[in-house]
Amino acid sequence: MEPFTTLTAVAAPLDVPNVDTDQIAPARFLRRPRREGYADVLFHDLRYAAPGVERPEFVLNRPPYRDARILVADRNFGGGSSREQAVWALVDGGIRCVIAISFGDIFWENSVKGGLLLVRLDEPEVAALRRQLHARPGARITVDLERQSITAPDGRALAFEIEPARKRRLLLGLDEIGLTLRHEDAIAAFERGYRTRRPWLFRHGAPGAG
Amino acid sequence: MAGPRTLLEKIWDDHLILEEDGQCLLLVGRHLAHDGSYHAFAALEERGLALRRPEQTFATPDHGVPTISRRVEDIADPAQRRVVEALPRNAAKHGFTLFGLDDPRQGIVHVVGPEQGVTQPGLILVCGDSHTSTHGALGALAFGIGASEVAHVLATQTLWRRRPKTMRVTVEGERPAGVAAKDVILAVIARIGANGGAGHVIEYAGSTIRAMSVEERMTVCNMSIEAGARAGMVAPDEKTYEYLKGRPFAPAGADWDAALAYWRTLPSDPGARFDAEVALDAARLEPMVTWGNSPEDALPVTGRVPDPADAPSAAQRAAWRETLEYMGLRPGQRLTDIAVDQVFIGSCTNGRIEDLRAAAAIARRGRAVVPAIVSPGSTLVKRQAEAEGLDRIFREAGFEWRESGCSMCIGMNGDLVAPGRRCASTSNRNFRGRQGRGSRTHLMSPAMAAAAALTGRITDVRELAGG
Ligand code: SF4
Repeated sequence: MEPFTTLTAVAAPLDVPNVDTDQIAPARFLRRPRREGYADVLFHDLRYAAPGVERPEFVLNRPPYRDARILVADRNFGGGSSREQAVWALVDGGIRCVIAISFGDIFWENSVKGGLLLVRLDEPEVAALRRQLHARPGARITVDLERQSITAPDGRALAFEIEPARKRRLLLGLDEIGLTLRHEDAIAAFERGYRTRRPWLFRHGAPGAG
Repeated sequence: MAGPRTLLEKIWDDHLILEEDGQCLLLVGRHLAHDGSYHAFAALEERGLALRRPEQTFATPDHGVPTISRRVEDIADPAQRRVVEALPRNAAKHGFTLFGLDDPRQGIVHVVGPEQGVTQPGLILVCGDSHTSTHGALGALAFGIGASEVAHVLATQTLWRRRPKTMRVTVEGERPAGVAAKDVILAVIARIGANGGAGHVIEYAGSTIRAMSVEERMTVCNMSIEAGARAGMVAPDEKTYEYLKGRPFAPAGADWDAALAYWRTLPSDPGARFDAEVALDAARLEPMVTWGNSPEDALPVTGRVPDPADAPSAAQRAAWRETLEYMGLRPGQRLTDIAVDQVFIGSCTNGRIEDLRAAAAIARRGRAVVPAIVSPGSTLVKRQAEAEGLDRIFREAGFEWRESGCSMCIGMNGDLVAPGRRCASTSNRNFRGRQGRGSRTHLMSPAMAAAAALTGRITDVRELAGG
């Protein structure tokens, strides 16, 4: 996973609430192997009227926003399905940071694995950012993860909260399975106790048996 | 001595290996897999890792399977076929339990888990699917995860999580006739919003929930995710134990007694504190139907399509306007004046035997005037329904009787709603394009969906159910 440190980039406003993961990555594209890339999947049905035919009104199709690497959305961005392909589509499509009032919980957990930074800000701050992006299409936002700070197009600095574990994983691009396996001894000891406490969970015969 | 604890806290503490950086490392008791878990197995393989605990993973294909037959060759999309075919290969390679496409135990993973007794009270259960919250109906902590986390579970049998907040949704009173479990959860979501449960695990409590069957509780817990919650759960009780007893993977003999003694300690202690409380009066509920593209867009069937002019904020007004355009609806239109083009009865929300009985009880009163398909939640549910003659009722009423799978809930297997077409559906998501590009979905209960099939429009089931 690519570490996230700081990013200065064009930001695009997405004004509607409840942009679900079905919008971000429609179901029919989900079986593609990861390595084949998901850039063209991103917002596919909002973005294209037919394969290769863009909808000019969609924000990421408008020239000033085509190079956006930051999205400023509304409430409940990424709700719905657990598909991590939503994160893959965003990251492959160039988006490394989404700013919104709130996010879907599973999407929130998935985002870190793909190196996507999600920033929660209060409603007035998010609305003000979107207003600036509409007023000055192509305006840039700076995100500094180490300092937990966003610089708006008007130069104002906005602080944001992030849990230490998330921050560390994003900054260092850490691999979670590797991190967890450092605790192998603790896991193994805990498993032994669990099997003793709940033996019935493990007495269902050979796999495949009814 | 610890103070009074909630059901969630008890399960959490029982699976907590260690804490680091504010994150808890939790043991996963059971992991469920399906055809879509293919990315996670690929990731495991790429890293040269083994499945740590095959005896704790159970799988069945559902998302991409055909409902016209049980033949893999009938999956039209080669990418889907590849993925469905990969599941038995992975099962053979890694040694986990599989209920395959030709196995009578096959079905939608969230129907199969409880049905087989794989789902049990007090477990942490995860699956690479958001509606894993369904299993909370048996008093488990069950939640959906993404592909990287599935790979993490396969490799380590653990997961990192922050402690969630707790919300208790208390529903009291007797449900009026015609009001199903689906209506209760749609009313909860309409009340708290599609993000209202964010960061929380919901425990459903109160006399209405206690009076529900275990299957009805599954419908309620299933859609916790539509309220934005991490999971939903119901404390286990005598109904739960009765439901589980004798199921293939449920404990038996002396194990049953030991398990039962443990399960009885699980319900939230008197005086346990929740971070948020919501109360609903069941007696005032009506059959519900959604009009928009978010599950929070739910109204009593007696209502009218809202007017964007009345929206609470500018962003909401713009969103409602776009929604009405996408859905092809007019502000102020009576919901019961909306004509539907087709009907879908099935999914992990409403594909269980009680759901099919409720739908059949309406279907027998007439004939479908629009195409309607019924896809049972599992192959065992299908067989049970056939034993009860429900398939005959549906067929005679002009409904199509299909095999089990996710089907038109997600449309990955080719069961689609065409662009601009309107579907009355018992599934859980009315998102744009969920049932196929350009599809228009109205969520409702099985009886309401059957009623819509008979009249060709959204219908208050109470008008049909009498007499
Ligand atoms: S029936 Fe629908 S919601 Fe349930 S698991 Fe299948 S696709 Fe997901």
